[in-house]
Amino acid sequence: MIRSAAMETGNRGEGKIVADHTQRIVLAHGGGGQLTDELIERRVLPRLGNNVLNELLDSAILRNIPACDLAMTIDGYVVQPWKFPGGDIGRLSVSGTVNDLAVSGAEPLGLALSFILAEGFAGKDLDEIVNSIAQTAAEAGVKIITGDTKVVGRGQADGIYIVTSGVGRVRRDAKVGPSRVKPGQKLIVNGAVGEHGLAVMLTREMPEVTSVLRTDAAPLNKLIAKVLDAVGTGVTFMRDPTRGGLAGLCSDLAKQSAQRVTLNEVAIPIRSESRHAAEMLGLDPLEIANEGKVVMAVEAEVADRVMEILRNDPLGVAASVIGEIGTEADGRCEILTEIGGRRVLQKPYGEQLPRIC
Amino acid sequence: MSIWFEWIRMRSRLAEVQISLGRLAQAAKTVGRKMIFMEVCGTHTMSAFRSGLHSLLPSNVTLLSGPGCPVCVTAQGDIDLLIQLALRQDRPMTICTYGDMIRVPGRDGSLEKARSCGADIRVIYSALDAVRLAQRLPEREVVLAAVGFETTAPGTAAAISEAKRLGVKNFSALASHKRVLPAMMALLDAGEVRLDGFMCPGHVSAVMGWELYRPIVEKHGMPCVVAGFEEHCMAAALALLAEMVRDGRKELINAYPEVVAPQGNMRAQELMDEVFAVGDVRWRALGTIPGSGMIIRKEYADFDAAVRFSLGMPEDHEPAGCICGKVITGMATPHECKLFGTACTPINPIGPCMVSSEGTCQAWFKYHRVGVKRAGLEACTTRGIA
Repeated sequence: MIRSAAMETGNRGEGKIVADHTQRIVLAHGGGGQLTDELIERRVLPRLGNNVLNELLDSAILRNIPACDLAMTIDGYVVQPWKFPGGDIGRLSVSGTVNDLAVSGAEPLGLALSFILAEGFAGKDLDEIVNSIAQTAAEAGVKIITGDTKVVGRGQADGIYIVTSGVGRVRRDAKVGPSRVKPGQKLIVNGAVGEHGLAVMLTREMPEVTSVLRTDAAPLNKLIAKVLDAVGTGVTFMRDPTRGGLAGLCSDLAKQSAQRVTLNEVAIPIRSESRHAAEMLGLDPLEIANEGKVVMAVEAEVADRVMEILRNDPLGVAASVIGEIGTEADGRCEILTEIGGRRVLQKPYGEQLPRIC
Repeated sequence: MSIWFEWIRMRSRLAEVQISLGRLAQAAKTVGRKMIFMEVCGTHTMSAFRSGLHSLLPSNVTLLSGPGCPVCVTAQGDIDLLIQLALRQDRPMTICTYGDMIRVPGRDGSLEKARSCGADIRVIYSALDAVRLAQRLPEREVVLAAVGFETTAPGTAAAISEAKRLGVKNFSALASHKRVLPAMMALLDAGEVRLDGFMCPGHVSAVMGWELYRPIVEKHGMPCVVAGFEEHCMAAALALLAEMVRDGRKELINAYPEVVAPQGNMRAQELMDEVFAVGDVRWRALGTIPGSGMIIRKEYADFDAAVRFSLGMPEDHEPAGCICGKVITGMATPHECKLFGTACTPINPIGPCMVSSEGTCQAWFKYHRVGVKRAGLEACTTRGIA
C-alpha cells in the first residue's frame, strides 16, 4: 500500500524538504509524511487511480474471484536509460509482468508497483513514466491495485527502479509447460526478434547513432487470449524471450523438455536494421532481449490456425513458424543455418560482451 | 520493398555458397588427400561456426583457426599488468577496454573480477571513446587497453595523436598491438603445422593491402586468398584455395576486391607509422616473435602507460593443463584439451580461447557440437598435421 509502506523509510526524509520539491524528488517524498501524500495524490492517483487503488489500504483486496488456480509473478526493472526509442521503464514494467502472467496461461487480475526513486529525480520525468504505466495498463486492460514508494539518497540508485508484481487467474483451457512439448510440434514467434535490447543498447552505447529500431515492449495478454480461445490446449508451451533472447529460451526449452529443438534460421524474423546494429555492437540478435514477443509450441494441426490469428493482430503481423520439435529427444537445441549448415544454439553467458572488432 | 531486396540478396548468397561448395567438392575429390587450410581472423572463426560452414565441407577439407583472435593472442602478462593498473591505490584509475578482454583470466583473476572489487573498468567501442572519457574525468588516469591487430591499431594511433593534439594529460594506452604477417611466417618457419593454404583476413588486408602476404607465397610457396567475412565469401575462398592445390598453383588472390586494395589504406598506415614503431612482442603461448608488434614511439612516450606508470615486464605463465597455445597455432583442436567443456567453459573460462567469442574454444563449445562427424572432427585432429 502506497501510504503506509512508504513510512517504513522512517526518518530518512526528516528536515530534508527543499524549495524545489515540486520539481524534484526529495528524500521526504519517501518519508510517509505530507510530501508522500502529495506525491501519491498529485502524481500517481490521477493517472493510475481506480476503485481498488483509491482505497489506499495496506493490501489490495480482490473480491469474489471464482474458484480457480492463481498465478503470481514479480519482476524488477532497472533499465538504463529509463527512456529509449519506442518506450520507457513504465511501459516495460507493465508489459513485462503482464506477459509473464499471460505466457503462464493466466489472465491478469491486477498489478502491484513499487517505485524506488533516487533523490533528485525530476518530477516531470516521473509524471511521464506514470503516464506511460497508465497507458500500457489500459492497453492490457489491467488495473494497478496497490503500490509503494521509496526514495533513496543521491547515488544510492540510478534514477528510478520499478518492481512490478502481478496476480492472475489461470485459464482452465491453458495447459502449458515443457513437459507437454512433444516431437512434431511447431514453434511460433509473433514477430521480429532482438529489437528491444538493440534499441536500448544503441541509446546507451552509441547515442550519436540514429536508428529506426524501437523497443517492441507491449502487453501480449489479449493476443495470447485470442490464441487460447481458438485452440486451447493445442498450445503446449509459451514463454517470452526476454533476457537471453530466443537462444536462451530455445536452449532452455530443449533442456527442460528433454526434446530436440530445431530452429530454421531463414524463418526467424529479424529486421535487417537489427542485423546491422547487432553487427556493429558485436552481438547476436538471437541472444538479445525482447519485451513484446512470445514463443509458442503448438500441435502441428493447429499451427496454421494460430498463425492466422497472430498475423491478423497488430502485435503478430510478422509471426513466423521458426522451427519444430524433432524426434531425437536429446535435450539439444540446434539451428539449421541459412546456407544449410547445422550448429548448436546455447544459452548466452549473461553480460552481453561486445566483440572487439 | 526492403524485404524483397533482402530476400533476393539471401537467395543470391545461397546460390553463391552452393556453387563454391560444388567447386570445392570437385577440387577436393581430384586432390584426394587431406587438405588443411587456416584462417587467421576471429571474425572468420565466428562466421564459419555461426553459419555451420564446417558441417558443409568435404570430408578431406579442414579449415583451422590460427592466431587471429586478438584476445586469445594477448600474453597473459599483459592482462596481469592491466589488472595491476586497475587496482592501483596511489591514484584513481579508469581502464577502458574492448568488451571481450574483460573476462580474460590473468594470473589472479580478470578485469571483470577487478571490477567487482571496486576497480573502474569501462567497456568502450572505439579508442577515441577513451580520450573523450579522459576529458570528462580530468581527476582520473584513463588507460586504454589497446589490443588487436592492424585492424584496431589505427584506432589506438588516432586516439593517441588526438590526445596529443588536444593536450589531454590523463590519457595513456597500454599497447600490445600485433602484426599478423610475422605470426603467419613464424608458424610456417617453425614447420610444426602442415598447411595447404591461408585464408587471409579481410579487415587486416583492408588496412595493410593484399600485397602484405606476398612473402608467404614467395618464401613458402603457400597459396593465399584474401577473403571477406560472409559465408559465401569464405566458401569462395576455400574453393579458390583447393583449386590452387589441385593445379599446383602458388598464388596470392584477392577475393575481396570490393574492400581490399593492393596497397591498403595509406592514411591508416601513415597514422600507425607516426605513433608506432615495429618491435618484438610476446604472444600468448607463442612466445616473443621478432618484429611482430607495434611499440609506441618515444615521441609519444607521455601516452605510453608502460612508461608513465613505470611498468616492468610481467611474468608469463600458462594455466596448468591449458593447451590454448596449441589451439591458436592449429596444432590441436579444443576437444583434445582435457579441460575443454569440463573445467573450462564459457562461464568459467581457463584459457583465453574460451573467453573470447572469437576464440576457437568458445566457438567450438557454442556452435560445434552438432554435425561434428560431417565437420570432419577426425580430420581436425592433429594426426594429419603435426
